[in-house]
Amino acid sequence: MASDPMHQFHIAPMIPMELAGYDVSFTNASLFLVLGAALPAAFMLASSAKAALVPGRMQTLGETAYGFVYSMLYSSAGSDGVKKFFPLVLSLFLFIFTVNMVGLFAYNFTPTSQIIVTAMMALLVFFTVIIVGFAKNGIGFLKLFVPSGIPWPLYIIVTPIEIISFFSRPLSHAVRLWANILAGHILVKVFAGFVPMMAETGTVGAIGAILPFVMTVALYALETLVAFLQAYVFTMLTCIYLNDALHAADH
Amino acid sequence: MDAEAAKYIGAGLACLGMLGAAIGVGNIFGSFLEGAMRNPSAAQGQFGNLIFGFAVTEALGIFSLLIAILLLFVV
Repeated sequence: MASDPMHQFHIAPMIPMELAGYDVSFTNASLFLVLGAALPAAFMLASSAKAALVPGRMQTLGETAYGFVYSMLYSSAGSDGVKKFFPLVLSLFLFIFTVNMVGLFAYNFTPTSQIIVTAMMALLVFFTVIIVGFAKNGIGFLKLFVPSGIPWPLYIIVTPIEIISFFSRPLSHAVRLWANILAGHILVKVFAGFVPMMAETGTVGAIGAILPFVMTVALYALETLVAFLQAYVFTMLTCIYLNDALHAADH
Repeated sequence: MDAEAAKYIGAGLACLGMLGAAIGVGNIFGSFLEGAMRNPSAAQGQFGNLIFGFAVTEALGIFSLLIAILLLFVV
């Protein structure tokens, strides 16, 4: 049924494949995941291919994207953060942004509306923080859980809270992006479904159907904002978590 | 009570959680504007914090909407 708001999240195999008993078909989700990786890569290569001192239109766009992520990472994790993590953070931002934006077009699939995609990215960041944190600070990484400058009896309360908040990070990190995209896409689809529903009822209904139509357009504009904002927020939280890994001992 | 009816009532109740997120998000942008009007030159530098606070607050509303959606379409 076309008006089912959940239909857009349906994964359909395009090239059926099977490997050792597992279904590894190339699905519509795979297609848009590949697009999400290929489009930014192609864009960055094209914009830097004919790099000049006075940038052209393409180069300006590429440099803006680069500088945007650079300043985001620099302001929260400092220069050693940029040296270590800039490729990871730029890839994450461009991937999520592209996937969200491509998914907004009709009939396109949005991989970030699947929890497994966002959960894998959040776990990647989570384990990067733990591994780099212990490699760089040694046992001093555990200072993250005992913030300095508070009277000692408070540690009984603060330390468990810090530990719980640290381990709930990947959950909220993943669910935030997933639920925002999922809820937004359902919302647009539900309001779009009102238009034919009202128009079928007669002349008065057909005139009244303008209202949900205008609402759909407004929601669509909001979703475009959310698509960017959630990519930004995901990247920004990544920067903040990576800063913890690098500077845990200064807490 | 019929299980189907309870599902819809539950979905409606879950959406009440968005009330808190609405208050929170309004508070964030209101406070930001208040501060920005007092010192407009410092406002640009706080844009990152604004969006961060907005995202963290909004996530809680999204969680309750998520419960409603799960009740309606999945359960």
